[in-house]
Amino acid sequence: MSDSTFEPKIIGFFCNWCTYAGADLAGVSRLQYPSNIRVIRVMCSGTVSPHHVLRAFQKGADGVLIGGCHIGDCHYLRGNYMTVKRMRFLQDLLKFTGFEPGRLHLEWISAAEGPKFAQTVRDFTEKIKKIGPSRLIAAVKAA
Amino acid sequence: MKSQQQGTNPVGAVMVVGAGIAGVQAALDLADAGFYVYVVEAKPAIGGVMAQLDKTFPTNDCSMCILSPKLVECGRHLNIEILAPARVQGIIGEPGNFTVTVNQAARYIDMAKCIACGLCAEKCPKKVPDAFNQGLISRKAAYVLYPQAVPLKYAIDPVNCLYFKKGGKCKACEKFCPTGAVDFSQTDQPRDIQVGAVVLAPGFKPYDPTKYAAYHYASLPNVVTSMEFERILSASGPYQGHLVRPSDHKEPQKIAWLQCVGSRDLNHCDNSHCSAVCCMYAIKEAVIAKEHSKDGLEAAIFFMDMRTMGKDFEKYYWRARDEQGVRFIRTRIHSVDPVPGTDDLSIRYLDEDGTLRAETFDMLVLSVGLEVAPEVLETGRILGIDFNANKFAETSSFAPVAATRPGIFVCGAFQGPKDIPQSVMEASASASAAGDLLAAARFSLAKKKPEFAERDISQETPRIGVFVCHCGINIAGVIDVEAVRDYAGTLPFVEYVENNLFTCSQDTQEIIKERIKEHNLNRIVVASCTPKTHEPLFQETIKEAGLNKYLFELVNIRDQGSWVHMHEPERATRRAKDQVRMGVAKVGLQQPLREFTLPITKAGLVIGGGAAGMEAALGLADQGFKVHLVEKKDFLGGHALKLNHTWRGEQVKPYVDGLVQRVTKHPQIEVHLNSEVTDVQGFVGNFHSTLSTRGREVEVEHGAAIIATGAHSYKPNEYLYKENPRVLLALEMDQAIREKNPLVTTAKCAAFIQCVGSREPERPYCSRVCCTHSVESAIRLKELNPDMDVYVLYRDLRTYGPRENLYKEAREKGVIFIRFHADDRPQVAQTADGGLQVTVKDLILGLPITIRPDVLTLASAIIVKEQEKLAKMFKVPLNNEGFFLEAHMKLRPVDFATEGVFVAGLAHYPKPLDEAIAQAKAAAARAAVVLSQESIKAGGVVASIDPALCSGCQACVGVCPFGAIDYKETEKVCEVNQALCKGCGTCAANCPSECITLLGFSHKQIYTQIDQALAELKMAAEAAG
Repeated sequence: MSDSTFEPKIIGFFCNWCTYAGADLAGVSRLQYPSNIRVIRVMCSGTVSPHHVLRAFQKGADGVLIGGCHIGDCHYLRGNYMTVKRMRFLQDLLKFTGFEPGRLHLEWISAAEGPKFAQTVRDFTEKIKKIGPSRLIAAVKAA
Repeated sequence: MKSQQQGTNPVGAVMVVGAGIAGVQAALDLADAGFYVYVVEAKPAIGGVMAQLDKTFPTNDCSMCILSPKLVECGRHLNIEILAPARVQGIIGEPGNFTVTVNQAARYIDMAKCIACGLCAEKCPKKVPDAFNQGLISRKAAYVLYPQAVPLKYAIDPVNCLYFKKGGKCKACEKFCPTGAVDFSQTDQPRDIQVGAVVLAPGFKPYDPTKYAAYHYASLPNVVTSMEFERILSASGPYQGHLVRPSDHKEPQKIAWLQCVGSRDLNHCDNSHCSAVCCMYAIKEAVIAKEHSKDGLEAAIFFMDMRTMGKDFEKYYWRARDEQGVRFIRTRIHSVDPVPGTDDLSIRYLDEDGTLRAETFDMLVLSVGLEVAPEVLETGRILGIDFNANKFAETSSFAPVAATRPGIFVCGAFQGPKDIPQSVMEASASASAAGDLLAAARFSLAKKKPEFAERDISQETPRIGVFVCHCGINIAGVIDVEAVRDYAGTLPFVEYVENNLFTCSQDTQEIIKERIKEHNLNRIVVASCTPKTHEPLFQETIKEAGLNKYLFELVNIRDQGSWVHMHEPERATRRAKDQVRMGVAKVGLQQPLREFTLPITKAGLVIGGGAAGMEAALGLADQGFKVHLVEKKDFLGGHALKLNHTWRGEQVKPYVDGLVQRVTKHPQIEVHLNSEVTDVQGFVGNFHSTLSTRGREVEVEHGAAIIATGAHSYKPNEYLYKENPRVLLALEMDQAIREKNPLVTTAKCAAFIQCVGSREPERPYCSRVCCTHSVESAIRLKELNPDMDVYVLYRDLRTYGPRENLYKEAREKGVIFIRFHADDRPQVAQTADGGLQVTVKDLILGLPITIRPDVLTLASAIIVKEQEKLAKMFKVPLNNEGFFLEAHMKLRPVDFATEGVFVAGLAHYPKPLDEAIAQAKAAAARAAVVLSQESIKAGGVVASIDPALCSGCQACVGVCPFGAIDYKETEKVCEVNQALCKGCGTCAANCPSECITLLGFSHKQIYTQIDQALAELKMAAEAAG
C-alpha cells in the first residue's frame, strides 16, 4: 500500500465537556477536516484507560487521538491529570514494545476551540499518513 | 418589582402573549417555576421570527436547530397551554387576578384528529403567497406554518379558502382528509381566562420598504428585504438553501446590503430609532452568503455607523472584513436604478473620499428595521399599556420589563428593538417579575409531572429502532441518509429503521413513540446532530413511551459529519455508517439506569453587591427564597453609585438608595459586606460555600448561585490621563457635573474621545455603553451652557436602539460629532499654559482640525479583572477577554453549563443599567426554576463497583476528585456513594480489574465501540447482500 492511497483508521476519544463540544463547534463553523476519524464520546478524558487505547491498536487502529479539557478546566476537577499520567506511561510502554509512540496523541481542546479541533485532526491524520499503516495489523494478518 | 399588596390569593397562572423566542422562554421559565401558562399566539404555530431566520450571529448557529428543542419543550410542557391562532380581546381585574378575554380563531381543522399528513394542503386548489417565506413562494389555503411547526397541525386560512369565498363549494380538503379532521362548522371561540399576570412578547414586524420609492423594492424582484434573504439562505426556504436571486434564479456574483432602511430615518417613515440588530444580521447574511456561493461571491455592506456592540460582535465584524472579504462602505444610498436589459441594479454613492461612484450588483438586500405591528399596538391599547415615541412599549430603566399597567410585563422586541439574547434575558426577567407577584400561588394551578411507568425489559433481547435525520439538507445534502438508514437495518438487533426530515420535530417525537409501541422496540438510536443539545429531547420522548431514558444513543452525523466533510459525500456517508454501527452496538449493551432524588437547599448565593447583584438578590428574596448577598467592599451599590442619569434621563441615585434600603431591610436577605467567597463545594441544589469576612470564615448552604461581580473602567496611559487635570474619564465627568466642578461649569469648550481602550487589538470588543454615555453627558453640558462648544470624537457612533434619539437631540443642540479612523486617532497635547490641544483629522473636510477643550472626557473601556478565581471555584468558563462565558450565547444568556450557577451584569459583558437589571432579574428567574423544585434527580450516569470482583486495592479511592468512594473495612471492598459521584469514570479507568463500571459508558461498551469502529464496513454490507 503506497502512502498516497493509505487511508489511516483513527479512533478519537473525546471528553463530553470540552473536546466533543469543540468538535461540534468545528461543525457549526463548517471547518473541514479528514473523515478518517471515528469518535467515541466519553464523559471525561480520564474515562479512557490504557486498555482502551491498546484495544484500539490491537484491532487495527493506525492512530488514537485523545481530547480533553485544558488542565485546570476539567469538568471533574482533575480527571485530565489522570489522563496525562496514563498516556505518558502508555507512550513509554509503546516505545518499549517497538510500536511508534506517535500513533497516540493527547490534545487539550476546549469547547471554544473549533479551529484548533479541526487543525488537530488534520495534523494528526497527516502525521499518521506519514508514519504509515500500523505494522501490528500486518503482523496479525500474516499470522 | 415593588413588593405586592395584591389580594392574598393571587391566581397561579400567567398569560404570555406572543410566542416567538421571548414568549417561549418566558412561558418555559414560568411553567418550570410552578405556574400554569397560557400562550396566546396570533399565528397558527409558535416560533415567531426566529423560526424564519437561517443562522444566528455571532456563532452562526442554525436558528431552527437551536430553537426547535425549545419549541418542542414548550409544545409538550404539561403546564403550558398554547392557544393559536388567538388574540387578546379584553382585560379586567387587577395585578394578581385578571380576567383576559381571548378570541381563539377557528382553525377549521380538528387538532385532535389532524395527523399532519399534508393531504389537505396537497389537494387544496387555492395558492396563496406564503408569508412565512416572505411571499417568495406560495402555499395553499390549507397549510402548516412551517415544516417544524409546533403544534404541528394544519389550519385553513378562511380569507383565501374557496369554501368561504365561494359559498360552500370546493371542500377538497375535507374529501381527502384521511382522519376526518377538516371541520368547516368551527367558529371563533371567545374565552375568559383567569391569570395573575400577563407577559407581553408579541415581537416586531420588519419594516415594509415599499415606501422607499427610490429603492424600487416593489417593482424590482432582485431588491429584497433582509427577511426575504434569510428565507433565501434557509435550507427549508423557497430555494432549498441555494443562493439564487428571485428574477431568474441565477446565482448572484455580487450582492450589496443597504443599511438603515426604516431605521434612523424620519424622511420615509417615523422610525427615528436604530433597530440595533441590522448591522450584525447584515454581516451574518454576507458571511453566510459567501459560504453558500460556489464561486466567490462579492459582498458589500453600505452603512452609516457600524453598530457591533454586543458580546463577540466586534470580532465577528473584523473577521468578516479582514478574513472573509466582506466590503464595508460608509455611506447611505440615495437611490437604486435598474440596469436596462438586465435584472441587475446600479447604485451611486459618495465614497469616503467624497468621490461619486456607480456600482452594479446582481442583487440588493435592504436591511429593514424593526417596528411594532399596528395590530399589536391595538392589543397594547386594549390592555391599557403606554407606548413610547418610537411606538415600543414604555418601560423605565429601573423596571425594564414592567409595562405602565401593573401586573403586565413586557419583553423582547416589543419593548424596543433588540437581538435574541437580550430578548431571552428580558423574557426570563418577565418571568421573575411575574413570579414575584404570584409567589404565593406557585404550584396552585400547575400540574405535577406524571411518572411514566417503565416497561421491564430485563427479559427482552435488544430490539433497536434507528431514526436517521435529514435535518432539512443539513445532513441529507451531504450524506446519503437513505443508504445510512438501509445499512442500519442490516445491523444486529435492529428491528426498525426510518428517515425523518427533522427527527427533532414534535411530530417525529410522536412517531418515535408509536414505533416503539408498534415494534416493541426497547432501545433507540437517533443519527442526527449532537447529544450536547438534543439528547434530552429524545430521552424525554422514549421515557414517555415507557422506556428508561438511558436506553438511547445519539449518533452525531451532522456537527461531526455532514458539516465537516461537506465536499466528501461518500466518505461522510461511510463515516456516518460506521458511527451508526458503533452507536447501535453500544446501545445494545445498555441497561436501564436508576435515578434517585436529593433535597434542594432553598437559598441563593449572590456574589456582588452592585445594582445587578442587589436586583438578583431581591428577585429571589421577593419570590420567597433566602439569599446570601456577598460584597467585597464595605458598602452596597457598586458602579451605579457613580452614575448621574440613565440614558432615558432618570436619576440613578434615588433608585440605588432605594435598592440598598430594600436589600438591607429584606427579611430574606443576609448581606455579607467586606466578604469574599473562598471555597465552593457541592453541586446544583446542594452547594456549600465558604465566605470569608475580614478573615472570619462562615459556611453557607445554597441551592443556586448568581455571579454579579461587575467590572472596572480601563485607566488609560494615553491622552494625558492623570498627567493633565483637565482629562477625565466618563464616570469622573459624571462626578464633575454632579458636583458642579468649575472645570465643567466654567468650560467654554469640551471634548469627548470615544473608544479609548475599546475596539483595539488587545481588547477586541466594544464597551457598549460609552457612546450613549458621552452623548448624554454632551447634552448635559449643552444644557449647562448652550454656548459651550462640545465635540464628540468617535469611530462609529453606537447609540443603538431608542438611544439614537439622544444622538439626534445632541446634534440638534449643536454638539459636533467628528469621526476619526482607528489608525489616525486624535492627538492630545498640553499647551504652555497647561491647557489642552486636540488635533483630529476631519474625514469629511479631509483636513486636520484643532480643538482647545477646557475639559476632555475619555470614554474608556469597561474591563474585568481577576475573575479566574471565582470561575475556577464554580467551574465555569471565561472568554478570551476575561468575561464570564454563558452556556449559550443566544438562548442561555444567563446560564452556565454548570447547573445551578448563573451570571448577571457587567461580569458577563459591558452593558447599561437597564440591561444589567433585566439580566439580574433573568438570573433570578433561572435560579428560581432550580429553587422552586422539591428535589433534584441524581444517579443515572454514575460509577458502580462490583463487590464480587473488587479486591479492595483502593486505587479508585485516591483518584476520585469528589471523595465519592469509600473503602468498607468489614467487607474489604470499595463502594461508590452515588449521590456524590459525578460520573467522570476516572475510577473505572484506574481499576486494575475493571470491576468498576461507569454506567452508560461501561468498559464493555467502549471496547465494543472500538471493535465496531475498526470492523470493515464491507463485511456488514456483504451480510446485507
